[in-house]
Amino acid sequence: MIRVTDVSKTFTLHNQGGAVIPVMLGAKVSVEAGECVALTGASGAGKSTLMRLIYGNYLATSGQIRVGDLDVATAAPREILQLRRDTLGYVSQFLRVVPRVATLDVVAEPLLTLGVDVEQARDRAAGLLTQLNIPERLWSLSPTTFSGGEQQRVNIARGFVHDYPALLLDEPTASLDPQNREVVLSLIETAKRRGAAIVGIFHDVAARDRVCDHEVDVSGFAPKEAA
Amino acid sequence: MTPLLQVRDISRRYGARIGCSDVSFDLFPGEVMGIVGESGSGKSTLLNCLAGHLAPDTGQVIFDTRADGPVDTVIMSEPARRMLGRTDWAFVHQHARDGLRMGVSAGGNIGERLMAVGARHYGDIRAQASDWLGRVEIAEDRIDDRPTAYSGGMQQRLQIARNLVTDPRLVFMDEPTGGLDVSVQARLLDLLRGLVRQMGLSALIVTHDLAVVRLLADRLMVMKDGHVVEAGLTDQVLDDPQHAYTQLLVSSVLQV
Amino acid sequence: MSAYNFAYLDEQTKRMIRRAILKGLAIPGYQVPFASREMPMPYGWGTGGVQVSAATLTPEDTLKVIDQGADDTTNAVSLRKFFERTAGVPTTEETTKATVIQTRHRIPEVELGEDQILVYQVPIPEPLRFLEPRETETRKMHSLEEYGLMHVKLYEDISQHGAIATSYAYPVKVAGRYVMDPSPIPKFDNPKMEMAAIQLFGAGREQRIYAVPPYTQVVSLDFDDYPFEPTKADHPCDLCGAEDSYLDEVIMDDAGTRMFVCSDADYCRSRRDTGHTVTAIGGTV
Repeated sequence: MIRVTDVSKTFTLHNQGGAVIPVMLGAKVSVEAGECVALTGASGAGKSTLMRLIYGNYLATSGQIRVGDLDVATAAPREILQLRRDTLGYVSQFLRVVPRVATLDVVAEPLLTLGVDVEQARDRAAGLLTQLNIPERLWSLSPTTFSGGEQQRVNIARGFVHDYPALLLDEPTASLDPQNREVVLSLIETAKRRGAAIVGIFHDVAARDRVCDHEVDVSGFAPKEAA
Repeated sequence: MTPLLQVRDISRRYGARIGCSDVSFDLFPGEVMGIVGESGSGKSTLLNCLAGHLAPDTGQVIFDTRADGPVDTVIMSEPARRMLGRTDWAFVHQHARDGLRMGVSAGGNIGERLMAVGARHYGDIRAQASDWLGRVEIAEDRIDDRPTAYSGGMQQRLQIARNLVTDPRLVFMDEPTGGLDVSVQARLLDLLRGLVRQMGLSALIVTHDLAVVRLLADRLMVMKDGHVVEAGLTDQVLDDPQHAYTQLLVSSVLQV
Repeated sequence: MSAYNFAYLDEQTKRMIRRAILKGLAIPGYQVPFASREMPMPYGWGTGGVQVSAATLTPEDTLKVIDQGADDTTNAVSLRKFFERTAGVPTTEETTKATVIQTRHRIPEVELGEDQILVYQVPIPEPLRFLEPRETETRKMHSLEEYGLMHVKLYEDISQHGAIATSYAYPVKVAGRYVMDPSPIPKFDNPKMEMAAIQLFGAGREQRIYAVPPYTQVVSLDFDDYPFEPTKADHPCDLCGAEDSYLDEVIMDDAGTRMFVCSDADYCRSRRDTGHTVTAIGGTV
C-alpha cells in the first residue's frame, strides 16, 4: 500500500548563504495493507521528515513514494489532494484549524469534503469524540482553546473519522493519559483489522510493541557527514 | 477531467514596467488556489487580467463554459465576457464598497445579479435574497438596510452573498479578509470554506496573508516581480519552500 | 427681428442639432451627444428643449409651449415670447392647432397627430445615473443592453414603500432596445408615449438629444408581480369634471381646503368652452 523507494531529501537554505543540507538518503519503507510500521531513531534522525515526505508535505529530492497507485514524489498537487481526501490520512502533532469553528465540525470536515451528508458526518464525529472522552459540552467550542491533550485527541478523531486505507500517525499517544492511550491503541488495532496500512512514530515503546508489526530505523537513511 | 480554467502565458506590462509575466496554470473544478506575494508583485494585475477587468498583452484565459465548453475569454466578445462576470464568475473585492452598491439595500444588492440575468418576479427575487442573507449569517430582518448601516465584516459577507446568488463556478477574491479584525476574519474564512465545499466552487484568492491561504487554499502560487517563482500544494510550499523568495516570505511571518 | 438668425441659433448649429435629431430618430431611445450652445436663459429653464425646437421650427410652424401642463406659467410665457421674437412664428395655446409643442413635465391630454412634434425639456437624460454614477459605465451598460440595474431601482421602491413609488420620470424601454428616461412626466403619461407624433428630447446642460419616432413601442418597466400602473389623483376635475385627465392638487387656504384641477390647462378650458362644468366650484377638505 505504501512503498518508499530510494528517497532522498535535501534542504537548500537560500537565505543562509545557499547552504545545502542533505537530511535523507536512500530511504526505503514498505507497508502492506493491514500492517503497521513504526519509524524509529533518535530525535532529529528524520522520522517526521520521512512522514512528511510520504504525505507530500515535503518535496522529495529524488526517489519514489507510492501510496496506492500514486507516486507522491512526482504527482500533481491535485492528485495529492485527491489522495489525501480519500486514501491517505494524517494525524500530526499539531492541530491546525480555522479559529472559532466548533470541534464537532472540525472532526466531521474530512467526511464533508468527501460528500458525506452533514448529519451522518456529525454522528460519526460525535461517536469518535465520545470514544476519546471529549465531554459533549466542549463539542460546540473551538478546539483552539483546548488543552494539549484535548487538542491531540481532536486531531486523532479527525484522522480516524474516515476509514482511510493508509494512515500516518505522528506520536498519536503522546500527552495522553492511560485511559485515552488505550482508546487510541484500540482505534489503531481496529484500523489494521479493516486493512489500513499504517506508518507511525511512537516514543511510547510499549505502545509501539503492541500495535506495530515491524520497525524501520531511519538513522540508516542519514546521509554521511561528508555529503 | 477538463480544467475549469486554463491560463496560458499571461503577460501584462505597464510601459517598461512588468505587471505580470508568462503566467500559466490550470485550475480544476472545486480547487482553491492562493496567489501570494508582496505589494507590487503582480498578483492583483494577474487577477484582474484573469477576471477580464484588464486586457493582458499576451496569453489566453480559457474557461470551460457551460454552453460551449472551453473558450478563450481574452478574445471573447465583451458582452459575452461581461455576461460570464454576472453568471459563472464572481469577484470579491478587498473593500466591500468597491463590490457593493452602498446606496442600495442589502436585498437590492443581492437581487441585482438575478435581475441582470432576467429575473422579473419581485417575490422570487426577495425570497432568494433573504435566503442568501441567512447563508452568510446576516439576520434576515436586515434585508432592507443599506450596507452603510453594516459593520465591515457584514459588508464583506453581503458582498459574498451578492456574488454567489447566481451560482457561479469560479470566484476571484482580492484580499477578501484584508482590513478586517482577526476575529471577523476567522468567521469569514469559515464561511468561505463552507461555501466552497457546499457549492463545489473553484476560487482564486489573492492575498499577502499566508495564514489565510493555509486555511483556505489547496494550492499556492508565489509571485515576485511579476513572475511566478514557485507553485504547488499549499502546505508543501509553506513548509518546504524551494525558492529563495518563498523561504524569505515564510520565515518573515511573525509568530503569535 | 433682423438682429437674430431665424429661431436664434445660426444655421450651422441648427444643422448640427438636426443631425443629432435624425440620429436619435434612427436609434429610438439612444442618447445622442451634441454640442449644446449657451442660450440666453439659465440651465434648467429648458435650454435643451429650446435648441431642439429652434432646429425643428420652420416659418410655417405654429408653436405651443407648456410647463407642467399650463401655457401661462413664467417658463412657458418666456419661451413662447422668445420664439415670437427670434423666429416670428405664430404661437397658440391650443394643442390641436400647434405643429411644434415644447413641453416641460407633461404630455397633452389630447391625442397628438402625425403632423405634430412634441419637444421635451430634459434635466437628466441618463436613467441609470442615480444608481451608477460613472458615465463610462452607463454608456457601456446601454451599448450592451445591461439593464438589470433599472430593476434594482424598482425593487428598492417596492421594498421601501410596498409598491413602485416612482411616480414621474418612470423608466421605459423603447422599441425593445434602449431604456430611456421619459423626462419628469408623471407616469400617468407614459402610456401616451406610443403616439402618432414625433417625440424629441433635449437636455442642454447634459448635451444629449434623444427621440421616439411615431408609433414606436414604449414599455414601462415593471415586475411580473408588481405590474406598471399609470396613476392619478382619484378625483374628477373640479372645474370641468373630467375623469380621465391628470390632476393638480391646489391648496386653497390656510384651513387646508383643496381642489383638483386638470394639469393640462388647454384641455380643461376647451372642455369648459364646450359646456362641461361642475355645478358648485368648491373644494373638499
